[in-house]
Amino acid sequence: MTREAIREAVLQALASVAPEVDGHAISLDRPLRDQVDLDSMDFLNVVIALHGSLGVDVPETDYDKFTSLRGAVDYLAARLGA
Amino acid sequence: MTEFRMPLLGADMEAGTLVEWLKKPGDPVARGDIIAVVDTEKGAIEVEVFSEGIIDRFLAEPGQKVPVGTVLAMIRDTAEGVSPSSPAPKREAAPVATAAGPPAPAATTPAPAAHRAARVSPAARKTARELHVDIDRLEGHGPGGSITVADVEQASRAKPAAGAADRGAGMRAAIGAAMARAKREIPHLYVSTTVDLARPLAWLTSENQRRPVSERLLPVVLFVKAVGRAVAEVPGVGGFWTDHGFVPGSGVHVGCAISLRDGGLVAPALHDVDTKTIDVVGRELMDLVKRARAGTLRSSEMSDATITVTNLGELGVESAFAIIYPPQVAIVAFGRVGERPWVVDGRVEPRSVVTVSVSADHRAIDGRLAGSFLAALERALQAPEAL
Repeated sequence: MTREAIREAVLQALASVAPEVDGHAISLDRPLRDQVDLDSMDFLNVVIALHGSLGVDVPETDYDKFTSLRGAVDYLAARLGA
Repeated sequence: MTEFRMPLLGADMEAGTLVEWLKKPGDPVARGDIIAVVDTEKGAIEVEVFSEGIIDRFLAEPGQKVPVGTVLAMIRDTAEGVSPSSPAPKREAAPVATAAGPPAPAATTPAPAAHRAARVSPAARKTARELHVDIDRLEGHGPGGSITVADVEQASRAKPAAGAADRGAGMRAAIGAAMARAKREIPHLYVSTTVDLARPLAWLTSENQRRPVSERLLPVVLFVKAVGRAVAEVPGVGGFWTDHGFVPGSGVHVGCAISLRDGGLVAPALHDVDTKTIDVVGRELMDLVKRARAGTLRSSEMSDATITVTNLGELGVESAFAIIYPPQVAIVAFGRVGERPWVVDGRVEPRSVVTVSVSADHRAIDGRLAGSFLAALERALQAPEAL
């Protein structure tokens, strides 16, 4: 799976919990929490959505990898061996 | 024959607009069936029926805005025959709650604005119907302030752009009215405590390690479940204040304050929290938040919470003291889960703690009872495996 496809999957997961977000306006490096209004339940829903779309089960101990979009894509790419 | 009325879907509701019927005359209905969708300031609500029988006839049409308590439909007992000659019930608003809902709030809500028939021209009324404009909300610019066709057309043109903003403003006004009433009428007392969360959070972490993503538990699930457990132990905090004093709730139904993404706030009930397992509470809370934001809550959820929980900790708030949602008598507010220096066995250690407060109606609850409830809540949180 390409990094581009992983990025798309993350943006889709974000959009599923925060429909008001324009995925393409999200910067790769700015903290995600500053760009998308996510509480802990929203974030859990993002993780559940990613489990559905990518088959990656993100443990709670890895939640801190998702501080930025780039961090999330790097982490998921590593987990997927991409 | 049973009357099916516009339910009271929260203390701040005066009227609702019937959006659609999901059944038709002749259809059998059972307790809990969803028979209609009603639009309120809090969004579209699926309305359940609380009697069993066969729908005899409808007395309201989709698009009609009717005051709370108005008869919307007649439901005949399964044993009854069709009785076309039976007199139609009067279509007047009566101050009753749904059969299974909480008692009507003690205070009188202001009567809905009287129809201003004399000040709306028949042509304007007809145009308003055609354009689906709510004529009661218009300001007239005709002779003597009367509402004219031009006013209706103007409102209709303004509608699409203003739709979401209107809903937001309507909800804000409804929340404001309910909270102003609560502050005016309810003598609030406040108690709070700070709870060491080391045990419950350690339990949560180890549980979540072995759970699939879809079954992971959030701290707020522990909070809601523990509140349910504590209400079961101290039932005097779960119920309603009525003209006849305190009436305990029939069941422990925890209202969960949920902020909507486009602004606004709803507090639908999670039913029977005391008897459900923590897994079920977790699943249902996720579902409740989803449906609150999608605008598909059910009437029972909007009307029968016996206590409310609000969790402002995610915003970094250290502690909160909330306003009671009438006719309930208590609201529990959680602050941020964060590390603080804490004394454990005579030594200072960093510990994750949370400050939790209870706002209670002093007409029903004294400080001692509120304190007992907080103590029960803390005990419940300290034994997470038993939740």
